[in-house]
Amino acid sequence: MTIEIKMPALSPTMEEGNLSKWHVKEGDEVKSGDVIAEIETDKATMEVEAVDEGKVGKIVVPEGTEGVKVNAVIAILLEDGEDGSSLSAGDSKIAAPKTPASAPAAAPPTQQPARTEPKAAVKAEPEWPAGTRMKTQTVREALRDAMAEEMRRNEAVFLMGEEVAEYQGAYKISQGLLDEFGPKRVIDTPITEHGFAGLAVGAAFAGLNPIVEFMTFNFAMQAIDQIINSAAKTLYMSGGLMGCPIVFRGPNGAAARVAAQHSQDYAAWYAQIPGLKVVQPYSASDAKGLLKSAIRDPNPVIVLENEILYGRSFEVPDLEDWTVPIGKARIWREGEDVTIVSFGIGMTYALAAAEALESEGISAEVIDLRTIRPIDTASVVASVKKTNRCVTVEEGWPVCSIGNHISAVLMQEAFDWLDAPVINLTGKDVPMPYAANLEKLALVTTEEVVAACKSVAYR
Amino acid sequence: MAATRKRTKPNASKEELLKFYREMLLIRRFEEKAGQLYGMGAIGGFCHLYIGQEAVVVGIEACAKEGDQRVTSYRDHGHMLACGMDPKGVMAELTGREGGYSRGKGGSMHMFSKEKNFYGGHGIVGAQVPIGVGLAFANWYRGNDNVSFAYFGDGAANQGQIYEAMNMASLWKLPAIFVIENNQYAMGTSLKRASSTPALYTRGEAFGIAGEAVDGMDVLAVKAATEKAVGHCRAGNGPYILEMNTYRYRGHSMSDPAKYRTREEVQKMRDERDPIDHVRDLLLMGGETTEDDLKAVDKEIKAIVNESAKFAQESPEPDPKELWTDIYA
Repeated sequence: MTIEIKMPALSPTMEEGNLSKWHVKEGDEVKSGDVIAEIETDKATMEVEAVDEGKVGKIVVPEGTEGVKVNAVIAILLEDGEDGSSLSAGDSKIAAPKTPASAPAAAPPTQQPARTEPKAAVKAEPEWPAGTRMKTQTVREALRDAMAEEMRRNEAVFLMGEEVAEYQGAYKISQGLLDEFGPKRVIDTPITEHGFAGLAVGAAFAGLNPIVEFMTFNFAMQAIDQIINSAAKTLYMSGGLMGCPIVFRGPNGAAARVAAQHSQDYAAWYAQIPGLKVVQPYSASDAKGLLKSAIRDPNPVIVLENEILYGRSFEVPDLEDWTVPIGKARIWREGEDVTIVSFGIGMTYALAAAEALESEGISAEVIDLRTIRPIDTASVVASVKKTNRCVTVEEGWPVCSIGNHISAVLMQEAFDWLDAPVINLTGKDVPMPYAANLEKLALVTTEEVVAACKSVAYR
Repeated sequence: MAATRKRTKPNASKEELLKFYREMLLIRRFEEKAGQLYGMGAIGGFCHLYIGQEAVVVGIEACAKEGDQRVTSYRDHGHMLACGMDPKGVMAELTGREGGYSRGKGGSMHMFSKEKNFYGGHGIVGAQVPIGVGLAFANWYRGNDNVSFAYFGDGAANQGQIYEAMNMASLWKLPAIFVIENNQYAMGTSLKRASSTPALYTRGEAFGIAGEAVDGMDVLAVKAATEKAVGHCRAGNGPYILEMNTYRYRGHSMSDPAKYRTREEVQKMRDERDPIDHVRDLLLMGGETTEDDLKAVDKEIKAIVNESAKFAQESPEPDPKELWTDIYA
């Protein structure tokens, strides 16, 4: 009986990885616990250990192969007494994938749709000059570039947080920054969110420009007193004398299968606080442009990122000094029949739904709020005056959601233009469950967005 | 006067003692006036008076140089006066007027001065301590030799974030001086009812931070200990803890019935340990200073305080438009 060695999932959100090195060759004996290969993901390089004992009968995926899907067979192990003669090259089960990518995944990723992000916004007024050279970047790379560029520009900008320096970032966002800027400006902290958030606030009062990375925003709840009472309120309490130019950033919202304490969208929490600015980008260009604006802003800015989006690629303008203004929504797709308003990862459902609706003859306009505070309701109102219908999409909970606020504004400013009640699609009103099927049910889906749009269009 | 404290000839000049007398008296009279104005309804909300603790800030400020920073809790009037902020601006903030340091928008607990490196004025118990370490971090980052004084009370000494801040301050050798103003009561809870160990100056031992207990009612003792702490910090040796054993004569805030201690306890402290009487005795003992000299100082201080009270009541309330300003820079 041969044993299949499969591409392991090394993190909750990993869908594929690169098989960078084999430590064994065909014919080698391996014992449980032996390191047999190295796998590189967009987050980290990890060693793969053998689980079973046996002889390596066949290396199915050669080293250097990129884009190997999780659960794809990468090697075959022979048990005692077996020889390799039973392994025919024509066996479809063990066919080597083409290099790179497009590996025949043994099991398709279940968590996310394919990574074909829209190339760029379909929008009348582009946000960069016509003819600008574009480059394809992941959100992760865009965020790193934003920090690096701003750190080159201003000596007072520094990054602090858990694992940001030597580990290169828990989610690899700060990769390479320690090498370029040194340990004084890229600072590993102890696991002490309340303490280092407060320390960074003090440094900002003293005129420095800290970027505080929370490994995830779930842990920022330990520090929320410093964020709200110290960072957000001091300018007002001091009659304008003492500002706090600081950025708090990190992944926010549900990742995948990490359960209730690690899966929460804080958009609505921080959106309520006067004195804070809050951005929640979806695309790589917005992630870069908004983070750069946040670092330059004289106020405390919350940058809510998303772990699942980190690995997604988008077109980013290849410009030296380009920013996205805080407080301005972006129309990703123009349409006539319904306005879909979303932000952050909610945009993936909004855009997928708009595509699906198009095939059914419903033209959806998709607005990415990008900034949650100050929120660009004017763009939403203008759109709804055209489409007369609105559906909001977000991952946070339904009570006092961002969608609720949009609805209230539409009631006050576009009541006479509305042909249907506004529908707020949100995460379900439950702590995030762990079980795969229940987690899926707890999150908002493209199908729900499609159904809501049809409902407001009376179709 | 029942002076039981040993009065030996001080190791301080007449000029220095007079300066301490003057600065402590300013805080005392200012706070008494604030108490009066509160009683008249001119000051609202919370108002935490510093009476009794004057030697702590005055002794510490004697060791500070240009560029050093300070940050404290809500019992902050004394700290502001000691670092040279204008009594008129402080009093007008207490009355919530346009002429106040925060233009009436901060109140008793929230004032700041960039000019004097005074970073507040913080209302959440203990929150100012990581901020103070952040000020020290900025000094380290910029490579200067300034130090940061983070003041907190015996109550705040049990807040977790203080230990998070101490750990980082020691780990990175930041020039932070943790000043624990142990006035014996965290609101109504005495130290022994709140703290498993009474020696607060040892609270940094786990992080390798040196600390010492100081008679916080003796301005010369405060100054001597602070000089040592400041020298340690400026030399790049990392943080230091000073536990100032002191006593507040008034309630925690203006609305404190003070059932947790006896009148006799307070009176005994005033009679035997008062920091201002102490310096007064030292001044008179040498014979170089006369009662008349001190009366002249008293008169001068009274005039400053009265002027601040007048200013604070005559300054207009903030313009209604101010409601919407200073939310964003």
